[in-house]
Amino acid sequence: MSTLVIDHLSIGLPEGADRPLAVEDVSMAIEMGQILCVVGESGSGKSMTANALMGLLPPGVTVEAGKAVFNGQNVLDLPESRKQALRGAEIAMIFQEPMTALNPLMRIGDQIAEVFAAHDRFTPSERREKALHLIREVGLPDPEKIIRAYPFQLSGGQRQRAMIAMALALEPKLLIADEPTTALDVTTQAQILKLILDLRDRRGMAVMFITHDFGVVAEIADQVIVMREGKVVERGVAADVLGNPQHDYTRRLLDAIPTGKLPAARAPRDVPALEIKGLRKIYRTGGGLFKPVREVRAVDDVSLTVARGEVLGLVGESGSGKSTLGRTAVRLVTPDGGQVMVGGTDLAALSDEELRRERHKVQMVFQDPYASLNPRQRIMGALTDGPITKGVPKARAQERARELLEIVGLGAEAASRYPHEFSGGQRQRIGIARALAMDPELIIADEAVSALDVSIQAQVLDLLRDLRERFDLSILFITHDLRVAAQLCDRIAVMQKGRLVEIGTVHDIFLAPQQDYTRQLLAAVPGAGWSQESAGA
Amino acid sequence: MDTFIAVLSRIAKAVLTLLAIAVLNFFLLHAAPGDPAVVLAGEAGAADEQMIAQLRERFGLDQPFYVQLGKYVWGIMQFDLGYSFRQGMPVSQLIMERLPATLILTLTAFFISLGMGIWLGVAASARVGRASDSLLTTLALLFYATPLYWAALMAVLVFSVWLGWLPAFGFETVGANYTGLARVLDIAKHLVLPALTLGLFFMAVYMRMTRASMLEVSQMDFVKTAKAKGLGGAAIRRRHILRNAILPVVTLAGLQAGQLVGGAVLTETVFAWPGIGRLMFESLAARDYNTILGVFIVSAAMVILFNIITDIVYRIVDPRIGARS
Amino acid sequence: MWKRFASNIGAMVGVVLLIAVIAIAIIAPMLYPGGPWQMVQRPFLVPFTMEAYPLGTDTLGRNVAAQLAYGAQVSLLVGLVSTLVALLIGVPLGAVAGFYGGLADEGAMRFTEFFQTIPNFALAIVLVAIFQPNLTSIILAIAIVSWPPVARLVRAEVMSVRKREFVDAATLAGLSKPRILITQVLPNTVSPIIVMASLMVATAILLESSLSFLGLGDPNAMSWGYMIGAARTVIRSAWWLSFFPGVAIIITVLALNLIGEGLNDALNPHLSRKGRA
Repeated sequence: MSTLVIDHLSIGLPEGADRPLAVEDVSMAIEMGQILCVVGESGSGKSMTANALMGLLPPGVTVEAGKAVFNGQNVLDLPESRKQALRGAEIAMIFQEPMTALNPLMRIGDQIAEVFAAHDRFTPSERREKALHLIREVGLPDPEKIIRAYPFQLSGGQRQRAMIAMALALEPKLLIADEPTTALDVTTQAQILKLILDLRDRRGMAVMFITHDFGVVAEIADQVIVMREGKVVERGVAADVLGNPQHDYTRRLLDAIPTGKLPAARAPRDVPALEIKGLRKIYRTGGGLFKPVREVRAVDDVSLTVARGEVLGLVGESGSGKSTLGRTAVRLVTPDGGQVMVGGTDLAALSDEELRRERHKVQMVFQDPYASLNPRQRIMGALTDGPITKGVPKARAQERARELLEIVGLGAEAASRYPHEFSGGQRQRIGIARALAMDPELIIADEAVSALDVSIQAQVLDLLRDLRERFDLSILFITHDLRVAAQLCDRIAVMQKGRLVEIGTVHDIFLAPQQDYTRQLLAAVPGAGWSQESAGA
Repeated sequence: MDTFIAVLSRIAKAVLTLLAIAVLNFFLLHAAPGDPAVVLAGEAGAADEQMIAQLRERFGLDQPFYVQLGKYVWGIMQFDLGYSFRQGMPVSQLIMERLPATLILTLTAFFISLGMGIWLGVAASARVGRASDSLLTTLALLFYATPLYWAALMAVLVFSVWLGWLPAFGFETVGANYTGLARVLDIAKHLVLPALTLGLFFMAVYMRMTRASMLEVSQMDFVKTAKAKGLGGAAIRRRHILRNAILPVVTLAGLQAGQLVGGAVLTETVFAWPGIGRLMFESLAARDYNTILGVFIVSAAMVILFNIITDIVYRIVDPRIGARS
Repeated sequence: MWKRFASNIGAMVGVVLLIAVIAIAIIAPMLYPGGPWQMVQRPFLVPFTMEAYPLGTDTLGRNVAAQLAYGAQVSLLVGLVSTLVALLIGVPLGAVAGFYGGLADEGAMRFTEFFQTIPNFALAIVLVAIFQPNLTSIILAIAIVSWPPVARLVRAEVMSVRKREFVDAATLAGLSKPRILITQVLPNTVSPIIVMASLMVATAILLESSLSFLGLGDPNAMSWGYMIGAARTVIRSAWWLSFFPGVAIIITVLALNLIGEGLNDALNPHLSRKGRA
């Protein structure tokens, strides 16, 4: 029996938006006890569809046509009071950002109990009991403590569990999950996905799961709908869509996701581009007049080498110290101990003034394409500031900048424009050109493709692969995503809590991991089983 | 415990600030053009050689600079704010006599403006874009641009001179000798115009701030969560938006306390309200620097007190402070 | 950006009002070559009774309209110059504190906090009283009490810009710290500073008028606050002497506030973000 049937839904955007309709003529049905994954990249209209069902469309965005039948009634044209009665009780929703989705000033227990209050169910003491029960059901530790805790006292994964507890409070028939695991680490993501699967089995509710990640789809979907620019491009049973995609776009998305196919191994050369020896960085917080000092060993005695012409992947979850290691290697952060040897110089030991002259040896490509370029500086300036400071004549530096812009696929005329005229992927290309302009011995790419949509991600990775061949680049590639690392790297280093857990060739890490933590990480990768199958096929 | 320590360190900081202001006072006195002794004596009886000699000795004006500074600051720490030759009594005594009237006025204005400002700000944000919102925002903008003293004068003109509803000057009816409740009512009647005109500007400030803050918070993710729970608009505003939106308003209210005390000088001047602001105005004409600086340091102390109160309120409202970090 | 500003009705009203006030200030000497202090008629001439003196005369028979026109000069001059001085103090202090952090930040912020704790109007009164009322002391006093919010704003902005990755990129390019601060960071803090400055001019005008009202104005400059202060005692018999200068202040301050808000909306469009798919 269908829990929800959406019929020819169109949602209009306000005037001046980049297109007239956010969602165009979309139909779908979700069966009881099934998980429907709505997949698409940013701007595909997948979230708008969900918001329309909940009556949570932003101001100016309106349903233009179509209906959504739930419980025998069209929820799109119910009066507000009826919609309100439906929300939280019959249809519940969880969101992407667990850090901001909870009221920071309210205890977790109160926020859960509020769902009952909103629908006038039970007495206050019963509400508390039920909240405790829910907290237990979603697997949060120490329910008596959690119920009195404030959101800031919980981790991201715990908050998402609290959100789920809230959503489940009144046993809704339909749960809408809008990218609920995107902001979480892989291992946490795996746990939350399992929780959602369990709850679906236990309660038999229908789930509409919105995601951009086909790995996640492979983990949990029964049915799949692929959306692009507001339209449905493909639909079907999960196994069919994953195994035999019909539409070109779906195929491209699937191709963009690294499968278990590992690139051919390359023999590393003996000449090191970067040698890190016994590197340590400790962060101390607190330590006022009355506060004890808290120490976090962000990088704890790490040694590793990147050979010339090699791409070394540095993988870990948030808080593993991988980014600190990267920033220490370029000396944006000064280490507390150890050496960073680049071309015979120990960067960690240089004075500020000496360092400034050696900076060009290591360059960085950053994560956030919107923050990594100065909005008030033309691209030419961004690409020539460094070389000119290094001593390259201005005319030569500008000529080289234009050349590099051609190489990264933007064209020389990009030099005279400002960052806001470029898309995220294009800005990342500019960031790469900026790093190349300094002729560095080593490039550190810190989550350089993490903020991009999958298809754009694939293009930027292609570019990097191309450039490394062309310029014989040495790259330290920092990422949280093992799948991405597998696509580009020769070797992979795994970090956890500031320490280097394991380092080895991509083949060794993926096929014969030595450490428990590495195995855990691999198992947590969404769609791990599926990608291995397709690799074998 | 954490809160206790925080309040203690806050008070320690307040004492340090007051000391620094005392030092600043000292330098200001010495920066005034002319002989410091003559400056201290003010215009009243400045020609009296003997008195000036006394002053020189008392402040050690013939001694090294740092000794003078030490003496001065030590004096202020014992609430010795010097002697007003114009009024013929110690400045501290003068101020203590006038302080209650100022406290009544500023506290009343503070609570009226904060209460009304928050209430109107919430009301406007709930009707954002509609005519009533536009009316409220326009009025706030107008009050925000109106000089305090002018609003006070116009209030006197309209409500006292033309309509005759409320008394225009003073703290209570002179010679009426009311006692008990009658006296309270009489003072309250005199308080209406000064408190309202002083509060008007700040009401506009708090209203604008509350409205902006409400609108900003209402964009946040957890408000969407609250909607998804099925809560109604009023409950969301009260339980989720308001509590978060009020924090910056509390901070602002603390910061604005200084302006409120400063504004009291103008209001008290217009309404002949016998507080320390009026005292400052009277001392200006007489160049009674001792009194001016005394009022200055006491008003700074009042501001510090206001700040400590808002700090404590903030701690109560926001669980994140003190619990971690 | 200009389009957004120009489509804001309030801001455009503000611009028109401000231009009118500036124009009056500039042509005051042409309109009233005799200056604001000249006695032209009998005292207490009621407004709208004589065509030559539409706003009447004051207690000494001076032309109220002429006084208002010359008062505009003082208000605008004091507002503008004191804001500039406050920016000269606040921007470098806040920028250095926010960019270098550590002890520089600690010291600068304690200093700023101290000045913010002092009731600013009371301090302005003390400063002008001690250094004798004249335009210079008034401007300096207003600047001294107005810079702390600038320093705090600039510090906060610099701190948030400093964390962005393009600053790291500039460091890796080998640029020196002062150069990064001046060429990379500060240009990205200009919008909020402009908005704050336009609101500060308004506040400075109010402060100047309040000082003059208390008798702490420059005795050689006709100012709106002084006019109201002088007319205070005759409010019962000659209300217009207090009324018109007050209206002049409101119009000027309102205009500046409207412009400031318009700039804020135009420069920080995040509040009017459109819905996205």
